[in-house]
Amino acid sequence: MTTARRGHPVPLALAGPAGLLLIVEALPRLGLVDARYLPPASRIATALAAEAATPAFWQAVADTLYAWATGLLIAVVAGVLAGLVIGSAPVLRALTASTVEFLRPIPSVALIPVAVLLYGTELGSTLLLVCYAAFWQVLVQVLYGVADVDPVAEETARSFRFSAWGRVRHVLWPTALPYVFTGIRLAASVALVLAVTAELVIGAPGLGREIATAQNSDAVPTMYALIVVTGALGVVINLLTRTGERRLLAWHQSVRGEVAV
Amino acid sequence: MNMLKRVVLATALPIVLFTGWYWLSAGSESYYAPPLRAILQAFADTWRPQRLRADVAPSLLRLVAGYLSAALIGVGLGVAVGLHPRLRAVLEPVLEFFRAIPPPVLVPVIMLFAGIGDGMKVIVIVFGCVWPILLNTVEGVRATDSVVLDTARAYGVTGPARLTRVLLPSASPRIAAGLRQALSIAIILMVISEMFASSNGLGFAIVQFQRSFAIPEMWSGIILLGLLGFALSLLFRLAERRALRWYEGLRAARRRAG
Repeated sequence: MTTARRGHPVPLALAGPAGLLLIVEALPRLGLVDARYLPPASRIATALAAEAATPAFWQAVADTLYAWATGLLIAVVAGVLAGLVIGSAPVLRALTASTVEFLRPIPSVALIPVAVLLYGTELGSTLLLVCYAAFWQVLVQVLYGVADVDPVAEETARSFRFSAWGRVRHVLWPTALPYVFTGIRLAASVALVLAVTAELVIGAPGLGREIATAQNSDAVPTMYALIVVTGALGVVINLLTRTGERRLLAWHQSVRGEVAV
Repeated sequence: MNMLKRVVLATALPIVLFTGWYWLSAGSESYYAPPLRAILQAFADTWRPQRLRADVAPSLLRLVAGYLSAALIGVGLGVAVGLHPRLRAVLEPVLEFFRAIPPPVLVPVIMLFAGIGDGMKVIVIVFGCVWPILLNTVEGVRATDSVVLDTARAYGVTGPARLTRVLLPSASPRIAAGLRQALSIAIILMVISEMFASSNGLGFAIVQFQRSFAIPEMWSGIILLGLLGFALSLLFRLAERRALRWYEGLRAARRRAG
């Protein structure tokens, strides 16, 4: 994806978004789509500007980002620790494989009723869903990473009598790090989806709840404006995690093949 | 012996967890965490064939319809976009943006257009899970080995044959990765769209149980959803392994060769 962007002149990349805006502006104006369902882009932009002037909007953005960041942090720490422990002991790996495979595909939205019962419409509900969904992304990547350790390096470290900690620090960790980052990148976008979803469905504070409110009060342009904001957040998060990864792994990029998930 | 060991290893932890849950919860007075016995009882009582037909079958049908349409659209568009660099340059930012929108927020939008019927739910699923398939197909088509492409051209492999014999097989590992991502999104959207506005379906039933405080039934629904997710990902893995056997073999051979 990045090479494509690098290879093309900027005007072409701008043509897409500009075209989309034109289409969204033109469709309702020409009467091809009911303007009550899809307001013209200019009205969505006006609604966005009006929203941006209210403190409630920024509070909602902050709430969503807070839930996203906290949930992601918990999931990453737990996922990395669990992954390193499980991954470095073959017995544990064999024992847990089936359980991981079973728990992972359970859609995290299935936990929505449980979250509602336990935490009501508070932040805790969102955190529960975000952590659950993001945890597996990290765990599985760390497991791949630990499995990728070069046996020769491992044996060398052993014969030089590295301590257990030294082996983790100098052999395991550098090998697993790129996978950890891939896991974080995947988890970051999953966490945003689940944060917004929890707010939307459960009514926990945040952008999702604002979207539900806008929908219930027939404020269609506002609803679209908020959806655009969630999309923009997603793009920003993707860009940040990708650049962060590239920066931190500059030393490693060339040697690794990314595991496609 | 080896086989036996593998079976023991695979089943040990689940058995321990399960019995642990069973015993620990046996005397549970907690309203929200009923004894597992009660949940299992509720499972047997609730998910009878009639109920399965009324609630689970519609969910699955919508899931399959949405997922398959998304796969068709995603691969079709993805090949077109992947083959045309200019088209890709124009569309890529837009696609990235649509992919970044959390799919569940589209439920309210699609409800405006399509009402709250089956159509809405299928469209929600399609709209949510088409992006990973589309973007992965684009990447896969783009990554096709240029030597292979030139060779194919030299041998006069063009048109449909080029598509089905060269491009799609070469892109298929990436397409499979996209399909796998899309599968979990599809399940999530199936449940969410039913939680919003529905009169049947698994998501609807679970929310209904939760609102009427039928806690063991609610847990049994969650377990059923978990089993469903597990079964679908298992099915997917089998299909994938079948379709990509040549690729696994190729990778293994390369690894052996160092």
